[in-house]
Amino acid sequence: MIRLVGLEKDYVMGDEIVPALREVNLHVQRGSFVAIMGPSGSGKSTLMNILGCLDRSSRGQYVLDGEDVSDLDDDDLAGIRNRKIGFVFQSFNLLHHATAAENVALPLVYAGAEQQTARALRALEKVALAHRAGHRPAELSGGQRQRVAIARAIITEPPLILADEPTGNLDTRTSEEILAIFEDLHRSGSTIVMVTHERDVAEHAARIVTFRDGRLVSDETVPARAEASARGPAKAEVSP
Amino acid sequence: MTVKARFRLLLQLAQIAIRSLAQRKTRTGLTMLGVIIGVGAVIVMVSIGEGAKQSVSSRIKGLGTNLLVIRPGFARTGPVRATSVQTLVPEDAEAIVKEVANVVAVAPEISQTTQVKYLAQNTSTSVIGVTPDWLDVNNHAVKEGRFLDDLDERTSRKVAVLGATVVNALFGGVSAENQTIKIRGVNFQVVGTLQSKGSGGARDPDDQVLIPLSTARTRLFGTDNLRSLSVQIASEGAMDRAQGEIEDLLRLRHNIQAGAASDFSIGSQKDLLDTASQVSDTFTALLAAVAGVSLLVGGIGIMNIMLVSVTERTREIGIRKAIGARRCDILFQFLVESIVLSGIGGLLGVAAGVGGARIVGAMGSWQTTVGGGAIALAFGVAMGIGVFFGLYPAHKASKLDPIEALRHE
Repeated sequence: MIRLVGLEKDYVMGDEIVPALREVNLHVQRGSFVAIMGPSGSGKSTLMNILGCLDRSSRGQYVLDGEDVSDLDDDDLAGIRNRKIGFVFQSFNLLHHATAAENVALPLVYAGAEQQTARALRALEKVALAHRAGHRPAELSGGQRQRVAIARAIITEPPLILADEPTGNLDTRTSEEILAIFEDLHRSGSTIVMVTHERDVAEHAARIVTFRDGRLVSDETVPARAEASARGPAKAEVSP
Repeated sequence: MTVKARFRLLLQLAQIAIRSLAQRKTRTGLTMLGVIIGVGAVIVMVSIGEGAKQSVSSRIKGLGTNLLVIRPGFARTGPVRATSVQTLVPEDAEAIVKEVANVVAVAPEISQTTQVKYLAQNTSTSVIGVTPDWLDVNNHAVKEGRFLDDLDERTSRKVAVLGATVVNALFGGVSAENQTIKIRGVNFQVVGTLQSKGSGGARDPDDQVLIPLSTARTRLFGTDNLRSLSVQIASEGAMDRAQGEIEDLLRLRHNIQAGAASDFSIGSQKDLLDTASQVSDTFTALLAAVAGVSLLVGGIGIMNIMLVSVTERTREIGIRKAIGARRCDILFQFLVESIVLSGIGGLLGVAAGVGGARIVGAMGSWQTTVGGGAIALAFGVAMGIGVFFGLYPAHKASKLDPIEALRHE
């Protein structure tokens, strides 16, 4: 599903070139649930932006769902984001003027799709929030807002779901509910990549990849989760 | 994406834009007000200009079309104007009738401004010696009694026809007919009065006393110098030829060498009309330009509010981009907002302008004419301004980096 080969990213700060990612090689198979860990400044957010096609790498290759997206222009990347990626953010990022159903349907708007409301309601049902479809984000709890965001991420049935600290703004109980939804999605075949800095959150995934100073430093399989996974363990391939 | 899907997308983006405007009612209303005032001002100003043009041209047409007016040219010798030189005489008028084709009538005039008295009342007015044809040539009509006739002219009778202003000044409510007035101490019998033409220009066309030309020449002024000679031509098409023939004839009669300047000038009502409408057009353009400035300011208001809006909604733009909005989608959404602002503002402005022009017209001092051209121009310019001033903020929005935009608080 994801293949990164020799991926590097530099930021230019004044005259200085700051490397954010160095020589990253990563292979994520279809149907896996991968957590990316690392302290701040480790490059995990940069990697997330590149995986999410919000940013481009400086060097190296990124193949997503069989398509090389390394050199696509902004509008093509927008198309990829729309069709192939579902985002879940720490701060939910919902439009506060729009209802839950309208927020969920937003990716369909940019796809020019039909039956947007019906599909939005079905997506909300999957996160058990169909009864709040007409409410605005301000009228929902934090956990409900994140469930709306998840519904928005899965409405186009994208091959990849990217979650950036999805439980960062939630209390422990709500976090467990949200993580349970991700596990359900994983069991039903979705590929999920989740960035977190909390070990116990990461352990909901089947595989944990750790970054430090822009380098991939460890890649481990979580045994219990891997066995629990209906699709079998994710194969970890780390090139030297 | 199929054409149908693209169409659905554009339609939804337009809906999003309109909803976003509806959510910010005060701001939307105030921004529109700038456009409303601008468009309204342009329409009112242009309609005042058009109204002035129409009232001037209808007044000129009222003086009689198909008319050539010959005036004694000032024999110019240096900066001195020698008006006493005799250049245009009644015999010229007779020659024109005889020798120029398509001439229906001529109306020579001798005039002086002088005191006219009736009992204790007196007024200073223009006393004009004219022939019977004068009435038709100048589009005047008799109100009471009769106009001067051939017998008056042949026998140089001391009879007069009064304009409405003179009747009011001398007689008030009393009937003027068959009364005797004194012009320069000479008794004249009033045989008729003229319909009022209504004043409004620099010269009051009702402030005049008409007497037979022969009487004016021999009994009153003792001069043959014509003030003017009006020539009525059969049709508008024959005007140019007649003008040329009259010019040749008069140059011959006045012994003017080839190459030398004529000692008379020939003007037509058409020339006057052209000049007047040129002046009015300039006047209208000036008014429209002044009003156009307020329309421009309205456009800058749109740009200003759209820039504020883009900054405020940076995060929304980031979300939309992350979810798959392309540059052109964002551009379109914000452009629709500014076009809707200017479009609805323009429509309301047209209503305000038409209403305003009516009110100005009803107040009396100015005539206003609301033309479709002015409405189309003002509305078109407003729409253009919406696109022009909306493009920069929309472009700015579309260019935002999604990562930066998502970080924006």
